[in-house]
Amino acid sequence: MSSPAVGLLASPFPPGVGEFFLPSLWEAAGPWLTKFTLYAWVAVGIIMVFFLVAYRNPKLVPTKTQWMAESIYGFARDGIATPMIGHEGVRFAPYFATLFCFILLTNLWSIFPFVQISPNTHIAFPIVLAVISYVMFNYLGIRRHGALKYFKTALIPPAPWYILPLLIPIEFASTFIFRPVTLALRLFANMFAGHMILLVFTLGGFALLESSSWFIKPLSLASWAMTIALTFLEALVILLQAYVFVVLTASYITGALAEEH
Amino acid sequence: MAFAEVSGSLSAIGYGLAAIGPGIGVGIIFAAYIQSTARQPESARITQQWVWIGFAVVEALALLGIAFGFVFSSGTPG
Repeated sequence: MSSPAVGLLASPFPPGVGEFFLPSLWEAAGPWLTKFTLYAWVAVGIIMVFFLVAYRNPKLVPTKTQWMAESIYGFARDGIATPMIGHEGVRFAPYFATLFCFILLTNLWSIFPFVQISPNTHIAFPIVLAVISYVMFNYLGIRRHGALKYFKTALIPPAPWYILPLLIPIEFASTFIFRPVTLALRLFANMFAGHMILLVFTLGGFALLESSSWFIKPLSLASWAMTIALTFLEALVILLQAYVFVVLTASYITGALAEEH
Repeated sequence: MAFAEVSGSLSAIGYGLAAIGPGIGVGIIFAAYIQSTARQPESARITQQWVWIGFAVVEALALLGIAFGFVFSSGTPG
């Protein structure tokens, strides 16, 4: 895997973590310009250009592009923000729409022909998104209730005093440690596992083709058919993970803004 | 010569065992959702987002298994 010219076909059959560390595209830039950073920037560019073009000349009767942009924003506002957070959720709708589009597009690279690897297969990208959500819900909670009351409602559930020594560490771990960790890890692991599964069946097809027995060689076709079928599954996972990330962020914000538990 | 020989890493079997729990959990979540929508179809929209949250939270356990399988595999491929 050291040289890009060796390519996918020469990869050893059980694919390992090494498949995810691609060489730099430009020597001078080092690790700052790999396929992952390039695709992340392209995704950002597509989102910006699409929404700018769609809203450049808004009409009362929307054009097709404007309708698409409005339904994406409408989904984030009326499908996620308002039902989960309530009336004041509208002010988070722009962030949710942006987050949804960013995760969706960066994930989509994992099934885009000839690209087929998502920036989110590196945990750095999900970590940044999770940190934004983490800082956001804690900041909103502290600003709404004040630090003391926020941590009191977050950490001390209404329970008898003798069970509190057990509950407070659990609440602390689940709210302030596991929330951001699972948020990042979920997106990362889904994309990582999805890419790994596609690699197993693609490379498995080549491994079967290299078999000496003519009874085994045709099985490679079955392996590649599985690759195609699993690409459709991957498409479902991509959409679901983008949705779940936004919904969980919204639900954490709801919890932070809630008056009393 | 051994009759049946196992070589390589057992981590795939370990992960298979680890995935049983989340598998059952995800099944229970969707079973409960289907049951509640069958009993009260108008509640489908209300409960839908909790289905996905619950699904994501339970599924995270299986995904932790995938991630840690690679994290703790001491350099051996697979």
